Amino acid sequence: MSFSLAESVLQGNRLALARLLTHVENGTPEGLEALNQLFPFTGKAHLIGVTGAPGTGKSSLVNQLVYALRHPEEGQKPSQVAVVAVDPSSPFSGGAILGDRVRMRDLAGDAGVFIRSTASRGALGGLAASTANLVQVFDAAGFEMIFIETVGAGQAEVEIARLAHTVIVVEAPGLGDEIQAIKAGILEIADIIVLNKADRPLADNAERALRMMLEMAVNREKSPSEDGKLIQGWTPLLLRTIATEGKGVREVCQAIQEHRCYLQSSGEWERREQVRLQAELENRLQAALMKRLKEAIPAETYRNILNEMVLRRLSPYQALEILLDGVKQ
Amino acid sequence: MSQRKIRVLIAKPGLDGHDRGAKVVARALRDAGMEVIYTGLRQTPEMVAEAALQEDVDVVGLSILSGAHMALVPRILDRLRAQGQENVKVFVGGIIPDEDIPRLLEMGVMGVYGPGTLTEQIIKDILAAVGRVDQHLQP
Ligand code: B12
Ligand SMILES: Nc1nc2c(ncn2[C@@H]2O[C@H](COP(=O)(O)OP(=O)(O)OP(=O)(O)O)[C@@H](O)[C@H]2O)c(=O)[nH]1
Ligand SMILES: [Mg+2]
Repeated sequence: MSFSLAESVLQGNRLALARLLTHVENGTPEGLEALNQLFPFTGKAHLIGVTGAPGTGKSSLVNQLVYALRHPEEGQKPSQVAVVAVDPSSPFSGGAILGDRVRMRDLAGDAGVFIRSTASRGALGGLAASTANLVQVFDAAGFEMIFIETVGAGQAEVEIARLAHTVIVVEAPGLGDEIQAIKAGILEIADIIVLNKADRPLADNAERALRMMLEMAVNREKSPSEDGKLIQGWTPLLLRTIATEGKGVREVCQAIQEHRCYLQSSGEWERREQVRLQAELENRLQAALMKRLKEAIPAETYRNILNEMVLRRLSPYQALEILLDGVKQ
Repeated sequence: MSQRKIRVLIAKPGLDGHDRGAKVVARALRDAGMEVIYTGLRQTPEMVAEAALQEDVDVVGLSILSGAHMALVPRILDRLRAQGQENVKVFVGGIIPDEDIPRLLEMGVMGVYGPGTLTEQIIKDILAAVGRVDQHLQP
């Protein structure tokens, strides 16, 4: 009875894991303490982001990918796999319907899989504010591969690129593909592009459009690294699947492994890790400084300065200087 | 403001395909500010309990219109208890004959709801069961 939540999680207790995820999602003091305890055990998992427009088949594909990873070919060891699925919160009620599990029923009854559904809780950019922390808990708990399904938004999902080692962008025929791909800047973040619903008409058109975009991007990928040497970049792979039938899924699993090998042999794995930790540190620093600053400024002063701005007597820059000067003393 | 969100699992155990009621209830609970995990059709008791554990829900809502409730509900309750989730509040809705209702309540079900139930009532009872009476429909 004297085990902390974090210790129970490290020992593989699933109920403790579920409870800790709730604490972490809610940012409770227990959750924060456990995160500190668990941090030394993180950094081992392969984080795989799955993003793309609503309804393209992200959940169906995750279902199949995880199933395949749990049932590898003869002689290979199945990985422990976690899934964090993010769905949007209603901006009106703050509630949410989290429906990704509906498509993941093939994973039920497998003790090597843990699926957690979460609501975005107002965060934009496809993830929830807590997603990175939830992933850390799974990482420490020994899950070797962690899939992160973003909110189906389809545009500018840079956050997942920052969090995941490997980003899979799921496309489907008939979504106005060409424009969508350009608008979303998808090729900037995709390591693997999956054209799902290949059983649908217009799949060939969609593939052609995506392939063209890819070709245009290849040159840009081969950029010099800091010490001037030309690094052999990763060219995003384009694969077709029919997630509802499990077609093309093994190939995607293979591509995930290939990308992992590329990351590790090129040093990109460490680099991404560092970028991610730096981004996290900066975010936290920003939030903490902001909080400290706001506490240091009397509400009255803040209101007055805001009011002066509304009356156009102070510009935002002048207001900033006054506020920062006030805090310095 | 950042009060813990109420998490609810809405599941359809058994083999019937009547999912309107489950969806109506799921939407109503979302609109009341809850986070609702919807599992879809044809869930075994094991699947329901496992999802309840992984999602660490406060409430499990079962929608059963097949007549198999007296077989399904006890198995789900047993599983929840066996895995240490005895505090999870279980609600049942659908087509449940009157004479079965007291027996379900005796097993530990918090409430049983038939056709025509107002979702307002369901929301009120869930909030009361998880000790959040004041939070009712607060934006
Ligand atoms: C619509 C309907 C269908 C539709 C279902 C469409 C769908 N996707 O849901 C269709 C046509 C497909 C259908 C088929 C069948 N049906 Co039908 N169907 C109905 C009907 C007319 C209405 C059900 C409904 O949608 N109501 C609207 C929703 C909103 O109400 P509700 O589900 O009752 O939910 C409310 C409450 O029960 C409660 N609630 C429900 N779930 C939950 C969960 C929680 C957690 C909580 C708190 C509350 C709650 O709150 C809701 C809001 O008030 C009912 C009769 C009736 N009046 O109930 C028969 C009925 C359910 N069907 C019945 C039967 C027998 C069948 C068939 C077997 C018929 C056949 N021989 O083919 C098939 C089975 C198909 C299958 N695969 O399962 C019987 C069931 C008998 C029984 N259990 O003893 C009923 C009762 C008709 C009857 N009187 O015989 N059906
Ligand atoms: N025809 C066809 N349908 C598919 C395929 N993959 C998924 N679907 C269907 O597409 C619909 C959406 O699938 P999901 O897996 O829920 O898609 P999603 O991207 O996770 O959706 P959101 O999470 O809501 O954005 C479901 O009805 C699936 O059955 C496919 O390869 N072919
Ligand atoms: Mg999904």
